[in-house]
Amino acid sequence: MAKIPAAVIGVGQTHHRAKREDVSIAGLLREAVDRALLDAGLTFDDIDAVVVGKAPDLFEGVMMPELYLADALGAAGKPLLRVHTAGSVGGSTAIVAASLVQSGVHERVLTVAFEKQSESNAMWALSIPVPFIMPVHAGAGGYFAPHVRSYIRRSGAPGHIGAMVAAKDRQNALKNPYAHLHNEGTTVESVLASTMLWDPIRYDETCPSSDGACALVIASEAAVAASGVTNPAWIHGTQMRSEPTTAAERDQVNPQAGRDASAALWKQAGITNPIEEIDCAEIYVPFSWFEPMWIENLGFSGLGDGWKLTEAGETEISGKLPINMSGGVLSSNPIGASGMLRFAEASLQVMGEAGEHQVDGARKALGHAYGGGSQFFAMWVVGADKPAN
Amino acid sequence: MFHFCAMAPSTEQRVLHAPMKVEFDYTRSLGPVLSAFMSALKQHSVLGGVLADGRVVVPPPEYDPVTHAAVTELVPVSDVGTVLSWSWVADPVSQQPLEVPFAFAQVLLDGADAPLLHAVSVPSASDMATGMRVRVKWAEEPTGTIRDIAFFEAAGDDASDGSASMEFGAPEVTGIVSPVHLAYDYAASPEETKFFRGLAEGKLFGQRCPVCEKVYIPPRGACPVDGVPTAEEIELPDRGTLTTFCVVNVPFQGQTIPIPYVSAYVLLDGADIAFLHLILDIDAADVRMGMRVEAVWKPRDEWTTSLDNIKYFRPTGEPDADYDTYKHHL
Repeated sequence: MAKIPAAVIGVGQTHHRAKREDVSIAGLLREAVDRALLDAGLTFDDIDAVVVGKAPDLFEGVMMPELYLADALGAAGKPLLRVHTAGSVGGSTAIVAASLVQSGVHERVLTVAFEKQSESNAMWALSIPVPFIMPVHAGAGGYFAPHVRSYIRRSGAPGHIGAMVAAKDRQNALKNPYAHLHNEGTTVESVLASTMLWDPIRYDETCPSSDGACALVIASEAAVAASGVTNPAWIHGTQMRSEPTTAAERDQVNPQAGRDASAALWKQAGITNPIEEIDCAEIYVPFSWFEPMWIENLGFSGLGDGWKLTEAGETEISGKLPINMSGGVLSSNPIGASGMLRFAEASLQVMGEAGEHQVDGARKALGHAYGGGSQFFAMWVVGADKPAN
Repeated sequence: MFHFCAMAPSTEQRVLHAPMKVEFDYTRSLGPVLSAFMSALKQHSVLGGVLADGRVVVPPPEYDPVTHAAVTELVPVSDVGTVLSWSWVADPVSQQPLEVPFAFAQVLLDGADAPLLHAVSVPSASDMATGMRVRVKWAEEPTGTIRDIAFFEAAGDDASDGSASMEFGAPEVTGIVSPVHLAYDYAASPEETKFFRGLAEGKLFGQRCPVCEKVYIPPRGACPVDGVPTAEEIELPDRGTLTTFCVVNVPFQGQTIPIPYVSAYVLLDGADIAFLHLILDIDAADVRMGMRVEAVWKPRDEWTTSLDNIKYFRPTGEPDADYDTYKHHL
């Protein structure tokens, strides 16, 4: 049986900040949820099911927060699901919500993802010493920095590419009122001058630690028609893949799960030449060098050539393949929400509602997330037109 | 399946165990409703939230369970109420409201329409009864948390209606600290246990996957590619090639190695997977991909079943390995 066409008809997000001490976790979610429902012109009564996602429970120290959140999310009497795939969870949560609609199970699904990093310390939570093993782990940056070094060696990319990405994303964030960082005057030079934290990753090349949430309303073709929304973001394809964190000769720079997911996604969305057919992309880039790494992993360029697009300015808002027009993860990182923010920002682009960071004439956009030790991938393509497939 | 049968039933004795303790003081922001509730507790007053249908609920929910709208109206209720249901705690555990036996009870405070779960202190279970009247015993030192209600105690039938109404300005309490402690037993897999016990003898034992024939160190209960346990034991030398690395220059809670330090993947000669270790005896700026390194062991009398028997790896002084020899390990 063919999938039922589905679309995003409502998008909401919080103002992301280092500390949202004015709200509880539930209040943070409601800020995003209320905006998404308003955007869709719906109320909780119209929602059939709720799908919630966040990263590890150790980040806030609330076990199974979905239980406590049921009332705030209007989930009483409805199915409530929680999804977890580490940092990619915002993306996979949206995909689970979409599949509940595409399968014909539900007409309108509310999905929300969040992190309130200020309640804890993610660096601590990701560096718990394990018995019998050498305690050299140092958070996500410590995990990814050696692989960034491998990418630089493998591709021969010049050392300033990471700084170019960081400067671009921080400039883009100035056009996004919801972004956490609004660092005026960030330049390639200022990034290069910032402290080396996990050599080769500098302070300004890392994401901030944010409190924030993102919510989407996903509706079936019939529910889209019944809504007042005239510019839905149609879902053209969704893919998830996973792989082991460590395996002999595992490619940590260009993981197979990411390659397989993107190849399947392009096929599903009827795309044969991604860089020509995708108008813009929101890609999960928590450390700046992951922009060129994922450009290659996603098949937007040949192997070893991703950095050339960045260097040529093609990933700027005015470029051939604008990436992270919203400022991306480098400018706002409520971990569990970060993946859904990528999916939401891709939707806003094809809805024509991205405001100051809108790409002119965007009709087809990619939303992407990854998590764990690059072992979970989630991605979707959304378009202004109803999918033909 | 053949590998299923290979698992002996006495796994418990065959593997290494170590205690693990994870603890953190989480800082919880309360939002407007619970901030008002906690601030009132600090002033010995109990607030209930007024729902859309007029019911008063303690503690006040942030969102109405029926209309889903934010709860905005809070009213004081009595600090005296009636036990609706209870359960006796004969052996209290750490962090419970009382150190002596007590009851957990659903207490319907006068003026509220839904019960509050809290502790009731009475001499014995025979002193507890459904329908009994109880009164808040306030903590001596107010903290702005639910523990400002130390517990409830028997009030008798002639109890007055308790807490007076009061003026509520901007809430004094907007957050709480929520300490979390997890203590558990970490068990290594049988395959890892062989590796860790080898370390106690100064030996590095890897194992080969019977299907893909890759040599894993530490060995695995399940090869990540083939799903079968690694088997054939192979002693590996304590030298190899540094494949890639980073220089950690960021301090964080729980850190045990002084910064800056080099965290590197070391691929032992004969192994098909690298592991993370520390590199010393060289300036961090001079560390290179492909550098040949060797283990520096602690004195033999300090050896345990841990990878930190190797204090660190240092350069051997050999020429760097050719990129082609390790590029498939990046």
